[in-house]
Order: sequence, then structure tokens, then C-alpha cells
Amino acid sequence: MDLNALAGCVSSSGCLVTQTSSGLIVGLLLFLVAAGLTLIFGVLKVVNFAHGTFYMLGAYFALSTYQFTGSYLAAVAAGCVGMGLFGIAFERFLISRAYGTNVLMQLLICYAVVLIFDDVVKMVWGADFQSMGMPPAFQVPPYFIAGGIVPPFYLVLIGVALAVALVLGVALAATRAGKIVRAAAVNPEMVSVLGINTTLLYALVFAVGGGLAGLAGALAAPVRSLTPGMGFSVLIESFIVTVIGGMGSIAGSLIAAILLGMIRSFGTIGFPLFTDELIFGFMIVVLITRPTGLFGREVV
Amino acid sequence: MAESSAPLPPAPSRKGRGSGAASPFLLREGVGGGVEAILALLVLAVLWVIPLAIPNAAFTDLVIRLSAMGLFATSLNLLVGTTGLVSFGHGMFYGFGAYSFALLMQDTSLPLWAAVLVSLAFSALLALLVGAVCIRLRTIYFAFVTLAMQMLLHSIILSWVSLTGGDQGLRGGIPRRFILGVDLSIPRNLYWASLVVLVAGLLLMRHVVASPFGTSLRMVRDNETRAAFLGITIWRAKLTVFVIAGVFAALGGMVMSLFVSGAYPELADWPLSGQAIFAIMLGGIGAFLGPLVGTLILLALNDLVTRATEYYGLALGLIILAFALGFRRGVMESVLVQARRRWPRVAGVRRG
Repeated sequence: MDLNALAGCVSSSGCLVTQTSSGLIVGLLLFLVAAGLTLIFGVLKVVNFAHGTFYMLGAYFALSTYQFTGSYLAAVAAGCVGMGLFGIAFERFLISRAYGTNVLMQLLICYAVVLIFDDVVKMVWGADFQSMGMPPAFQVPPYFIAGGIVPPFYLVLIGVALAVALVLGVALAATRAGKIVRAAAVNPEMVSVLGINTTLLYALVFAVGGGLAGLAGALAAPVRSLTPGMGFSVLIESFIVTVIGGMGSIAGSLIAAILLGMIRSFGTIGFPLFTDELIFGFMIVVLITRPTGLFGREVV
Repeated sequence: MAESSAPLPPAPSRKGRGSGAASPFLLREGVGGGVEAILALLVLAVLWVIPLAIPNAAFTDLVIRLSAMGLFATSLNLLVGTTGLVSFGHGMFYGFGAYSFALLMQDTSLPLWAAVLVSLAFSALLALLVGAVCIRLRTIYFAFVTLAMQMLLHSIILSWVSLTGGDQGLRGGIPRRFILGVDLSIPRNLYWASLVVLVAGLLLMRHVVASPFGTSLRMVRDNETRAAFLGITIWRAKLTVFVIAGVFAALGGMVMSLFVSGAYPELADWPLSGQAIFAIMLGGIGAFLGPLVGTLILLALNDLVTRATEYYGLALGLIILAFALGFRRGVMESVLVQARRRWPRVAGVRRG
């Protein structure tokens, strides 16, 4: 534990900016994954335990596309669209078989998918750490803001994630499609009786969730090293985000994800050895004091 | 939790649970514990003499691992099958049992039996703390928060290097491996000891399932609100069974710790919890011996798969998918259903 270092960082504007920006990208990547998780849970009442796998595959898809085409934009598109399609396939062929059965069956199917694709990644891309490297477009000198160092790519990542949050929030709140999704979350039978194809809706919800996770993976690829099994810690943390933020609340998961990012970023300075424990501890405190999560209405 | 103004909900009608009641050793409900104990002793006696007749290291190793994992899986089924609490982090107690036992043996001068008891007490305390946070959560949250708790323990094990050896695990072996003058560092002795632990553990857990407390657990599983109306304190029942299950999982971990002469982070890692879930589904959550049978099949599968391919996860994952999408009913449940159909008087008829 090094509280002096933490105090020193908080009192220096340069360190504050640097740590805040890295906390923001950690948090916003988590948000993209958690938003999909909470959306799928809200509508289908399924917690997609394989969501971390979507994130991992998104990153690897992006890596290969980038190596093949040299375009980072194409890489992001491949990660996002690829995992959207993967999400549909996963919903149609696997998880839809477990609707209406007990939670065990869903957990088991997801567990199998996690095992399978961790190994598939090992077969296709190898078991070693891989890195994409920063695309040339972003290999420019970092910005200095109030003495802190912020790489340009961070700003892009933050911008994209916030835009996604905004689009998702507005789409759910103010469009016809959003209304249907919210209605299906409350009463799917009634939605189906009103002539809406809920089978299609479920597949699309998984497509959006998968696409978001794939997008997060693709955005993470330049700043993270890629390894089989990289999805699992992201899954756990994004689940913690949804618990803290309140299941089903997009705004809640945004705020919780940023909080978690900050804990991780500043935690590595003050408590380098037990940053993880700090995050779990935070979740436990929230669970005990506010069982609905910070922003949710539904008791977990 | 029940609201006092709510109307009494209808009686449960559940499908897909297999037999609602405890289904013991293929025997009828009414058959007393004595018969089961005698049956268990018979099986114990047969297994006891096998290594004397046919010495085979692979067999004794398998049984020792079966004892560890079987206790672990059966204890998980106390939560999943009996109470309807789907814990995805049960491996934390297995790992904690292994670590706390190995640490007590290495760092204190306690004799083995005392280390086991102290370690069980610690495990019970851990289960009490974790359970206190988790048991009131709804199904899916319960599954994930228990998993998160396990990952917390796992990350503590990895980061507290000075105590646990970090990712290298606890090395240096386990000293003073004597119990009642028997040296457990000899594989055959460990085989016999773990057989005794397994059979005793199973009988004790069977006692829990068959007791009135077990009946109230099944009632909580089938209809929580109704159970609350009938005077069962839901949280107390759930917390109690959570602690009991944690203690037996820790016992399994201790057997494993003796087997591997130490403790490794993998013993507390999440895939173990996933394997246990698969094992109980494979064997059947509706049958008391289901998890044990499932564990046996899983261990055999593990050996086959690791021998055949380096892509263990891929192969196991495909097997799990085939099971989850194809069969759905555990092996022991199928056996029980068949047995009930053919010999209704012996096997007992499903309770309504």
C-alpha cells in the first residue's frame, strides 16, 4: 500500500490527467461489454456467460483484419460486425435451446462455448501473447493536457464509447425499436401477440450485444495484449459493473464502468498489489448497502 | 422473500427436476439410513481390497481424485439440486480447503487431524461470510456473485505471494502426513484414507438431504414463498446449507491437497466450478449419487481427452455441448427413471 504515492498523484494535475484518461479507457471498454450484457439480460433474462468470449474474438478478428488489410477502420468494422453475426449464431443455435429451462443449462452451454473458443483461438492465433500495435494514424505525439500525457488514440476510444452510449440510450428511450425492446423486457408474450417477431428480436438483441463486445475487443486491440482467455476477467468485471450500476440500466452501467476504471487506474498507484480486491470489495459493499445497484430499480 | 399480504401461492408443479425427493442408493424413500450405511460399507469393503488383489497406481490415483472431486460435486449438489441455489463459485471452498490445510501443515506444528478440523472451521467461517452476502440474491446474480467471490479468492492467492507462493503454488510438500499412525505419503494408504473420507462424507451429506432439514430445503427450492408461509426461515435454511456445502467442498480440497502434496491456484480457479456444474448435470441433480457418478465419468473423460489431444478445452466443450443440447437428463436420473419403471416397489415411486 502506498498512500503517499496516491496523495502525490491526486495533488499533481499531470498525474491526475494521465490516470484519469487511462481510467476512462479501462472503464469505457468495460462499459461497451457490460452494456451488451445488461441489454441481453434485460430482454432475454439470460446472463450471457460467454460474453467475454465475444470480446476476445472481436479483438482477434480485428487483429487479423488489420494485419490483412492494414486498415484499422476495417479492423474495427470486422470485430463489431463479425461478433454481431456470431451473436446471432450463438443465440439461434445454442442459447435459444436453453430458454425456459433452468439456469444450469444456460451456464453449461456458455461454459462450453468459453472452453471451445479459448482453444480455437489457441489453434488459430497461437497461445502466446499477441499485440496489434498502434495503427500508424495514431502514431503521433501525445497531447499534453495540464501536464498529463494523453495518447490521441485514447481520445478516439473515449469518443467512440461515449457516442455508443448516447446512441444506445437515445435508441432505447426514443425510437420505435427501443420501445419494442423495452416492451419485450416486460412482457414478451404480449409483444409477440401484437405481431412482433420476438424470435427475430431476440436474435437482434444478441447481435447488438455481440457487436458491442466485438467493438470493445477491436478498440482494445491496439492498447491491450491479446491472449486466449483474455475475455474472462473482462466478463467478471463487466458483470460487476452491471451489479454496481443496476441490472438493466444503461446509464448505471456507464457510471459504474467509469467508477471501476478509476478504481483500477488510481488503485494501481495507491494499492498496486490488491487493485482487484479493491474492485471486488466495492461490489460487495454495494451489494450489501444497495441491493438494487446504484442506479437500478430492481432488487438483485 | 415473502410478503405477508400475498395470497398463498399454488402448490409447486415442477418439471425437469428429475425426482423431487431425495433419491438415495436406488432405494425406496422409507428405507432407513441403516440399510444405506450397510450398503455403503459393502461398497467400501470391495473397494478396500481391490488394490490388494490388483495393485494398479492408475486405479488408486483415480479413486483418490474421485474422492476429492466427488465430495466437491456432491456438496455442490446440496446447493443446486436440493436447495435450488445455483452456485458458480463453489470451487472457492475447494481451493480454500486445500490452501488452508496445506498452510496449516506447513506453517504450524498441528497434527494432521487437528489441521483438518481447524481448516474445516475456517472454511465454515468463509462460507458463512460469503453466504451472508450472497444468499439473498436472485438465481442468476447468486451464480455470478459467487463466481466473483471465487475470483476474489483466486486473485488473493495469486497476489499474496509471500503466503501462498503466488502462481507457483504452495510447494515444499506437506509434512507429518500421519493419521492414527498411518503414513499417508504412501499412495495406497492415501487411497484407503480417501475412501473412508469419501464414504463418511457421502453418508453425512445423505443424512442432511434425508433429514427434515433436507425436506425444508427442497421446499425452499420448489416454492420459496410457500415455504416461508409454513414457517421456514428462508435465509437461515439457505445459509446453513451453504455453510454445510462449503465445509464438504473444503474436505474434498484437503484430499486433493494431500494427493498433490501442496496447493495450486488452479484448485481455486473458475474452470473447476464449471467442471463441478457439468459433473452434477452429467450424473443428474435429482439423484443423490448423481454427482459422484458424473464426477467419475468426467474424470475418465478428462484422462481420455488429455491423452488424445492438447486441445482439452475444445474437446471437453464439445462434449458438454453435445450433452446439454442432446441428453439433458443425467445418467443417474435416467437409471432411476428406468428402475422405477421396472421395479416400482424397490426403487420407490416419485413423490408428488
